[in-house]
Amino acid sequence: MNIVSSFAIKSWAMVEVETTKLRRDPTEVLTRAIQPALWMLVFGQVMARTKAIHTGNLAYLDFMAPGILAQSVLFTSIFYGLSAIWEKDLGILQKYLVSPAPRSALVAGKAMSAGIRGVIQSFFVYALSLCLGVHLNWNPVALLGGVLAIILGAAFFSTFSLIIACIVKSRERFMGIGQVLTMPLFFASNAIYPIEMMPSWLKVLSQLNPLTYQVDLLRSTMIVGGPQGFPIGVDLLVLAISTLVVVVIASRLYPGLAQ
Amino acid sequence: MNILETDSLTRRYEDLVAVDGVSFTVQESEVFGLVGPNGAGKSTLIKMLTTLLAPTSGTARICGFDIRTQSSVVRRQIGYVPQMVSADGDLTAKENLLLYSKLYDVPRDERLSRSLEALKFMNLSDVADKRVRQFSGGMIRRLEIAQSMLHRPKMLFLDEPTVGLDPVARASVWEHILQLRDNYQTTILLTTHLMEEVESLCDRMGIMNSGKMVVVGTSDELKASIGNREATLDDVFIAYAGKHIEEAGGFKEAARARRTAKRLG
Repeated sequence: MNIVSSFAIKSWAMVEVETTKLRRDPTEVLTRAIQPALWMLVFGQVMARTKAIHTGNLAYLDFMAPGILAQSVLFTSIFYGLSAIWEKDLGILQKYLVSPAPRSALVAGKAMSAGIRGVIQSFFVYALSLCLGVHLNWNPVALLGGVLAIILGAAFFSTFSLIIACIVKSRERFMGIGQVLTMPLFFASNAIYPIEMMPSWLKVLSQLNPLTYQVDLLRSTMIVGGPQGFPIGVDLLVLAISTLVVVVIASRLYPGLAQ
Repeated sequence: MNILETDSLTRRYEDLVAVDGVSFTVQESEVFGLVGPNGAGKSTLIKMLTTLLAPTSGTARICGFDIRTQSSVVRRQIGYVPQMVSADGDLTAKENLLLYSKLYDVPRDERLSRSLEALKFMNLSDVADKRVRQFSGGMIRRLEIAQSMLHRPKMLFLDEPTVGLDPVARASVWEHILQLRDNYQTTILLTTHLMEEVESLCDRMGIMNSGKMVVVGTSDELKASIGNREATLDDVFIAYAGKHIEEAGGFKEAARARRTAKRLG
């Protein structure tokens, strides 16, 4: 068997585990749908009325829907490392690592699992957006671009989270760091306000934040007439390269989690 | 023939030498028992032999492959059942097996047949499609052993395979370990706290204490070595490892053992 197909089989095996579990117990996906609903129904409605955030020709809800979608994916993905620590405590991780499966295949499998979970979550945000009259773009190519943005974003943040897990190694420490990270990542992005509105120091930070590129890609694919901050190619490239970088780093650190 | 040879295997943590220059051999198709008080270094030794942890110095060869320089080849030769509960409770028995058949490069057309064979061998065919969450402790252990034999490993490492099991479940796990050796000629290295387990399962044993391999031999040899052929293995253990069975180990290890016991019970 060649290396590529062997790698793919093992990564996909990890994804299958995830989808089987999701199918059996979708509670978490459902409860995770509550938060974006609050943001769009409460925050979004109020801000749309105050007209405090200038979003050009775009209605505020149209502007924020992709941001909230990215946020819901981020908030789930950033806690992915927790499940890795859990697997370590259970002994599942040790068994993965004693198998001849390349570490990178295991890590890539985890990243793809997060991607699949993100896509499932996005159904809720799409449904919600539809109910609220957001002008969704149903062009198949645009939808595909949106799916890619969700998968890449989820893969990046879940693997980033895995790196943190490999460094801190305990659930308690991880929870603390996870909580501290989510909000700054969210606020230092273009998710709920445009970059142009930010003070210059925040502009710089937001341009270093992969979430910004994920939101940007979503905005230009998900919404009819969605504005483009960066060209789609740049968004895709930034997301793909940063995901690749974290996967490489995590593959090196992953075995250390078992020690 | 030696399937496992260690050569002054050592692992240091900052101020602690967990495994201290351990050299011993395990022969093909034997069941080797590793005993010692908590904190003696058994788990660290197993972690190094299963390539989870790099030695600080020294090395070991399994089937002739070096654990330091040929770790990925070594991983194809061995199976491992950690002390903790490592089967996935949210999956069925069959799904747990199919997952590992993929991780271990079992050819596509053999995955299902080998999984079913392993289930049958471990007496779990009836519950193949049940979720592991509903299994008893003994069933979980048998499933975990089934998982580790899918790729027909030459050597199997079992870290306290019967911890937390009641006597009936324990006997059943023992029976299956011996069958595995007899049917597939798998060499087995297991750690345990129970001298009774060593007596009924193991061809040879090694006693570890404070990171060192104090003595290796058959139970008769060890009994003779303390100058009392009437001695029990408990006497042998105390003679070599001292009486402080309960003293060492510490909070972390005790907590882990209890967690495992709780989940299995």
